[in-house]
Amino acid sequence: MTAETLHRIQFALTASFHFIFPPMSLGLGLVLVILGVKSVRTNDPKWRQLSLFWTKIYGLIFALGIATGIVQEFEFGTNWAVYSRFVGNVFGSLLAAEGIFAFMLEGGFLGLMLFGGTKLGNRMWLFATTMVVAGATFSATWIVMANSWMQTPAGYEVKDVGHGDQAFMTSFVDIMFTPSFINRFLHVMAASWMVGTSLVLSVAAFYLLRKRHVDLAKTMMRVALPVFAVTAIFQAFVFGPNQAVTVTDHQPAKLAAMEGVYQTDTCVPMYLLGWSNSATEETVGVSVPCMLSFLATGSFDGEVEGLEQFPQSDWAPVNLVFQAYHLMIDLGTIFVLISVLGVGLWIWKRKLFHTRWFLWIMVSSIVLTQLATLSGWWTAELGRQPWVVWEVLRTSGAQSPNVSTIQVAISIAMFVVLYAVLFVMFLWLMHRRISEGPQDPPSEDEIESLPDSFGEIFRKRTRT
Amino acid sequence: MWLNTTWFVLYVVIIVGYAVLDGFDLGVGMLSPFIARNDHEKRLLLNSIGPIWDGNEVWLVLAGGALFAAFPFVYASLFSGFYAAMMLVLLVLILRAVAIEFRSKSENPTWRKTWDWFFFGSSLGITLLFGVALGNVVRGIPLDSSGNIHTNLFELLNPYSLLVGITAVAMFCLHGAFFLTQKLEGDLLDRAKGLIPRLMGVFFVLATVLVAWTLTADTYIQDNFMDRPWTVVFPLLALLSVMFAWKLNTRGAYLAALLASGATIALLIATVAAGLYPVMLPSSTDAANSLTVHNASAAEETLKVMFVMAIIGLPFILLYTAGVYYFFRGKVTLDEESY
Ligand code: HDD
Ligand code: HEM
Ligand code: HEM
Repeated sequence: MTAETLHRIQFALTASFHFIFPPMSLGLGLVLVILGVKSVRTNDPKWRQLSLFWTKIYGLIFALGIATGIVQEFEFGTNWAVYSRFVGNVFGSLLAAEGIFAFMLEGGFLGLMLFGGTKLGNRMWLFATTMVVAGATFSATWIVMANSWMQTPAGYEVKDVGHGDQAFMTSFVDIMFTPSFINRFLHVMAASWMVGTSLVLSVAAFYLLRKRHVDLAKTMMRVALPVFAVTAIFQAFVFGPNQAVTVTDHQPAKLAAMEGVYQTDTCVPMYLLGWSNSATEETVGVSVPCMLSFLATGSFDGEVEGLEQFPQSDWAPVNLVFQAYHLMIDLGTIFVLISVLGVGLWIWKRKLFHTRWFLWIMVSSIVLTQLATLSGWWTAELGRQPWVVWEVLRTSGAQSPNVSTIQVAISIAMFVVLYAVLFVMFLWLMHRRISEGPQDPPSEDEIESLPDSFGEIFRKRTRT
Repeated sequence: MWLNTTWFVLYVVIIVGYAVLDGFDLGVGMLSPFIARNDHEKRLLLNSIGPIWDGNEVWLVLAGGALFAAFPFVYASLFSGFYAAMMLVLLVLILRAVAIEFRSKSENPTWRKTWDWFFFGSSLGITLLFGVALGNVVRGIPLDSSGNIHTNLFELLNPYSLLVGITAVAMFCLHGAFFLTQKLEGDLLDRAKGLIPRLMGVFFVLATVLVAWTLTADTYIQDNFMDRPWTVVFPLLALLSVMFAWKLNTRGAYLAALLASGATIALLIATVAAGLYPVMLPSSTDAANSLTVHNASAAEETLKVMFVMAIIGLPFILLYTAGVYYFFRGKVTLDEESY
């Protein structure tokens, strides 16, 4: 195996593992904010009881997000030295901005959020939680910006001032707002909210099936289901298709790989399931006629560029991209069905909480949303190949020249073992927390007695 | 260009922020087996840093991002050149984060003991590895003309760099002990206080040997101090602040002593920085290959944008860091939310 392949495997492995956690904390964060608002509005201790329960889970998720995120922060330098030198002027600033504006906010307020349940009144605790969630959202903004620049680079010029070719900043605003950024950001945020709310739905459905904490479980579902349903529908009908249009406009070779289109044609079908063979240049499967032309161009006989337009050396691994993409799309469609069914059972039939087969689907939803986000990233990243910066810098040769294959092989082995062990422990601890269930709520008086404004915290409050 | 120097200074500030803040929580990790004897005491120590360790570690993340943005050539050369060591750093960083989070999640004594050892070992490992890295930078590293480093883990673990590593361990332990005086009560507090004089002694001896070695060995730093004699103020101030810490400690003014030990750390880092400037990574093979604030920096445009961001961002960071520290001041107590 070449060094380049090994570097890619390691990066894909660590990034994919990292990305299990941020979407959960982004989405769960949103739920915690909703719970906090309810708590402030109603003063009913049940909201605080739920917040306390989910905050503990949040802490666990967050810890793994941090542990795995640090790896990402340094991996560009360790594994992609040539890339890092090439893009340093452009890409580094986005990563640094994430540190300055996002991680510091998260890191600062995280302690207040995780330990605030017994120390802060409703409003102040909500404030701390909101700050952490804002930090996490900024973090997603900057990192998706960075990633979008690699997909659709803009605002730079390539020059050689004595260090070999390098990208130089010509406009920071253009670097931030590359053509694919806004759409990608919306898509990723919506995906994260779906992942977070589906986690809540899974747990709530599990309790309902086991007839434990029934009232709380119903409350959780009432909070999470509407958010999930709305984002699922937006995802499938607005954000997702917008993404596809962005790819068509700016990365036509990627779109061709995503749908396995080899010949440029009009009225191109869109597959639901299929198999693409790049040796024979054939794609077979179940398809909707002319649909891709319609989605990509807005007209049923619009022309879609095929891979034949591009030299074979610039093709992404077609079938892999095809499969990843269709897994995401099919799951996206399934989420719409789940949402419609869920809301239907809830509103029209009032049977949501008793329909066991449907509750089982809900229990599995967290796995499905995780799978969808992962396959989404794989589509985006594998579809970008063989470029590390789209049509500017090739992946091959961008790795660190002075790192031997043996070293990378060892570090991959280290990450595989470490991440596997961590993942098993993570699941086990989640399982324990969920089986224990929410603790008894604090009394209203207890909550009342906690400091609940900046003044109370910083002036009168005395600690023993 | 003034921007390059400004960024060098800002970068040193970030490193200082990391070392001073994470320094004490790493110290707490290294001291925990020596101070805490049972589960309750272990938890007290863990919770003394519980709400703030993550915020402290973010300075390291910031250091990574800022290095990439301001000095991409250093970022690329250093991290790829120290590949194996960096992977070890990442390993211990991950283990520490999960040790803190996982430890108290199960009552099983074996589980807890195991994670206690990970907490201790990873805190020690991080400190040692960063010390060794710093030692190697001071010594000079084999950079070739295209900026690539060719070395391996065993070469990095040379006696001089190991000494820097061990000195860092002593320094952070001392810093951690001062921090714990603010957080503990009763027996535990006495134990922490009891360790301070010994730690102080060890640190003082190690630091003296280190300074003597640095001055007698033929390093780039030494020539630099000769050329710019005024920079000697940094090591002198560092010496002064250690003595201050000692004095304050004997008087029982522990909070002030904590600040003094923080100042010592900051001044020692400033000493190294002043000794290196304008070089960031001195090459041991050919001085012409060294990476400096001029030949390794990002372009002016980038430095400008980044400077504006830093100016906007840093006051906020300081504001909420101070707020959170203030909120969690005072002795630790355990409640249901504690680790
Ligand atoms: C800021 C940039 C960035 C971001 C946010 C991500 N990646 Fe990425 N990814 C890269 C930057 C990058 C990279 C450094 O540019 C790589 C390494 C080699 C390459 O071609 O791109 C890469 C490669 C890469 C590959 C290997 C593709 C190949 O070379 O065959 C996969 C499967 C992923 N990533 C998956 C992910 C996932 C699941 C992410 C979700 C967190 C993710 N990436 C976020
Ligand atoms: C390769 C790219 C990435 C890098 C370099 C990176 C870096 C990091 C780092 C260093 C942390 C820990 C911060 C801390 O110590 O508090 C972190 C956590 C986090 N990252 Fe990433 N990350 C990457 C990809 C992503 C993506 C794609 C997203 C979201 C769209 C994301 C969202 C987050 C969030 C929300 C956190 C907070 C912890 C958590 O929620 O679990 N990251 N990341
Ligand atoms: C059925 C509707 C959907 C469509 C049409 C769609 C479309 C797309 C497209 C075209 C991309 C590739 C962007 C690129 O390569 O640059 C993408 C990426 C992605 N998708 Fe989807 N998607 C859908 C549903 C979902 C769902 C339900 C999720 C998760 C819950 C999801 C998560 C992601 C993620 C995380 C990415 C990678 C980030 C990015 O490049 O934006 N998608 N999606």
